[in-house]
Amino acid sequence: MRARTTRDRLGRPPALLMVPAALATLLLLVPLVAMVAATNWQALPGHLTSQVALEALRLSLVTSTVAIVLCLLLGLPLAWLLARVDFRGRGALRALVTVPLVLPPVVAGVALRSAFGRTGVIGAPLLEWTGFAFPFTAYGVVLAHVFVSMPFVVIAIEGALRSADPRFDEAAATLGATRWTTFRRVTVPLALPGVIAGTVLGWARSLGEFGATITFNGNYPGRTQTMPTLIYVARQSDADAALSLSLVMLVVSIGVLVALRDHWLGTP
Amino acid sequence: MKSRPRKQWLPAVMLSLLLPLAACGSDDSGTASDDSSAGGGDTGGSLTVLAAASLTDVFAQLATPFEEEHGADVSVSFGSSTDLAEQAVDGAPGDILATADETSMQIAEDASVTGDVETFATNVLTIVVPRGNPAGIESLDDLDGATWVRCADEVPCGKVALAVLEDNDITAEPASLEEDVRATLDKVISGEADAGLVYSTDAVAAGDDVEAIEIPGAEDELTSYYVTSLEQAENADLAADWVTWVTSEEGQKILADAGFGSP
Amino acid sequence: MRTPLGSSLVADLDVAGRVRAAFTAAPGEVMAIIGPNGAGKSSLLHAVAGLVDVTGHARLGDTDLLATPVRERRVGLVFQGQLLFPHLSAVDNVAFGLRARGESKAAAGAVAREWLERFRIGDLAERRPRELSGGQAQRVAIARALATDPDVLLLDEPFTGLDVSVQMALRIELGQHLRDFPGIALLVTHDAIDALTLADRVLVLDEGQVAQVGPPAEVAAEPRTAHVARLVGLNLVADGDDLMAFTPDAVVVSRTEPEGSTRLRWHGPIATLAPHGDAVRLLVHASPDLLADVTPAAATELGLVPGAEVWLSTKATAVSRYGARAGAGGTGR
Repeated sequence: MRARTTRDRLGRPPALLMVPAALATLLLLVPLVAMVAATNWQALPGHLTSQVALEALRLSLVTSTVAIVLCLLLGLPLAWLLARVDFRGRGALRALVTVPLVLPPVVAGVALRSAFGRTGVIGAPLLEWTGFAFPFTAYGVVLAHVFVSMPFVVIAIEGALRSADPRFDEAAATLGATRWTTFRRVTVPLALPGVIAGTVLGWARSLGEFGATITFNGNYPGRTQTMPTLIYVARQSDADAALSLSLVMLVVSIGVLVALRDHWLGTP
Repeated sequence: MKSRPRKQWLPAVMLSLLLPLAACGSDDSGTASDDSSAGGGDTGGSLTVLAAASLTDVFAQLATPFEEEHGADVSVSFGSSTDLAEQAVDGAPGDILATADETSMQIAEDASVTGDVETFATNVLTIVVPRGNPAGIESLDDLDGATWVRCADEVPCGKVALAVLEDNDITAEPASLEEDVRATLDKVISGEADAGLVYSTDAVAAGDDVEAIEIPGAEDELTSYYVTSLEQAENADLAADWVTWVTSEEGQKILADAGFGSP
Repeated sequence: MRTPLGSSLVADLDVAGRVRAAFTAAPGEVMAIIGPNGAGKSSLLHAVAGLVDVTGHARLGDTDLLATPVRERRVGLVFQGQLLFPHLSAVDNVAFGLRARGESKAAAGAVAREWLERFRIGDLAERRPRELSGGQAQRVAIARALATDPDVLLLDEPFTGLDVSVQMALRIELGQHLRDFPGIALLVTHDAIDALTLADRVLVLDEGQVAQVGPPAEVAAEPRTAHVARLVGLNLVADGDDLMAFTPDAVVVSRTEPEGSTRLRWHGPIATLAPHGDAVRLLVHASPDLLADVTPAAATELGLVPGAEVWLSTKATAVSRYGARAGAGGTGR
């Protein structure tokens, strides 16, 4: 005897839904498959081991990792504040935090320049007092990455904190824990899967960041040239190299998805 | 009773709207179209021009009298020469291709999508500094130790810059290799860079925002601009008229006013 | 015997829209708080713990409890549903309060293990909460609250959701720990047997108000609310300023109006019949609802089925009569 499946009981999925679904799938997959197909495999090892590619990859990994650590150090407390502390303007603050998420990255770059550029509101006095300026440095790249990745981190972690039962915080308080102890030993451990997901998401966003970085920091090998920037300029002269480098980013992106599969791809 | 679950789709939709937004908006070589003469009625057709970024302002000026004379709509798509040549080869809808270097034009010629290629203008590299020249740059020699920018080696303005620097034995390292000449100029206008190497036409276009400093001997590394009608031109006569127009005396005067040299 | 060494709790608390209650409790005393759902039992506990907004006052000895932050109140709360930290082992859960109060990891762990041993679950120390049975988890939760040596122990329905056999065992165990506990214990329950077996005094809440305070035996014998009467299995009838309580087995059931001059008779349809020990217990929709126990033989003979109209009566000698507004009970023993 065959077990009755959902399909048997509810009828066949309608073509009106299946056709667009299939189109959506194709639309998303075909370009990626085409990119892999167009890759020049003979030249690939050479492209990936070139000095400039290795420098860009190293810079991308270093800056996005430093950026995500900063995002966590600053974003986790902000997420906690939004999730756990009742204060006036909380809704407005939450909306503000999401702004960089919807901002075109190039606008983010212009905004960063207005604040931290050499003539910026903060950048000008900073340059005057310390002689240090963010633009054209790896610090500037990190700053741009933090700016665009922080919303992902904050929103993902805030969601995780909200879904954790706040009564555990109350239980900790009755046991004599300060809010700091509770945060450290109860709140964060309970929301850990969400914290990790937010971190990986933010890191991936940071790794792919291009518009804000190139606007704010320009492009110089070993200093500000990350993988996406390198792909962009390589495209002008050597399409094969751009494809090879893009493949690396694709592999990294798939790696991120695999790391997050329990969160997003957990259902069959 | 049913109203509570109704909003559950909202976060999902919001997210699906936000994510692609966050991921795009990064391509600077987008198109800008000139619809200053979106006149209706019986026009003499429309003309699509694919032009190098450094032609942005002057082609807009050239378009207006041309439209009046021919009763045609001219729209110009600006980008890097390489990008535009590749787009033309890929069959992008366009009647005219105008590039800032020979290499890019060669891509189109190799693919046999071009008509006769004409050189219609030249450009010369110059130093620009922000208004007031905060770093006190007076020549290429002052670039050493300054925060300065030029185009990346891969794009035409970068190739010219490399050649000029080599001619003058300059080894100073730039702070950034910009993706095109507009981005280079932008870094100077905004004051992020003390100096930049751009075309003299860009310095003219930027007006009071920058000060230009001539580079002696830069004319040895002239940039030539090439124009051609394209195979896929829908209106071959109109396309030919555009090529004639930019090489005409009147057209050349407009180009000269914008700082271009004659071929 | 207990050795009262702490301070008394004197409270008059008002949780807006939930409960308003004034009460006192002495060290070593176990006070049960009973009442129907929504009477404000949990709100009262949470008010003492500081987890809800409350007005009024509460003094624990010289300490103004309401002016003290939750974590400094020296109040141990055993939450309904335990709320053990799911990411910590049993021993780490019990040690949590000690570590939060500055004990070293080793010292806190040692004390926590002692507590688990006292609850005879020392062998489960390393298990996570999800690997514990309901009864085991409740023991850990109580140990966690007691380990911080609180002045006030608050237990919120500690037996809810447990199997009946587990409830019995845990009730006996908790009784032993409460006898050893020198502080004040407030026990929220909806089960009369908890109040009768564990408490020194019972505080009855009804619709957010204190309806009755007194020793368990007194409250059970002379309940002032229908809820408590139902919990202890008594019929409760108001008669002017008096209340009359009588047991279901003192009720005589007949199909016709009883003869004689007794005023103690009521009339109404049978709502339910259910076996109760050797008898059949009827719930009759008289005014008010009344319980009556009859023998199975009598039930058959009288043709008692749901919906059947019956007369109930009882003898005056079987009725306990007391004032509806007698004093609200003493403040201790």
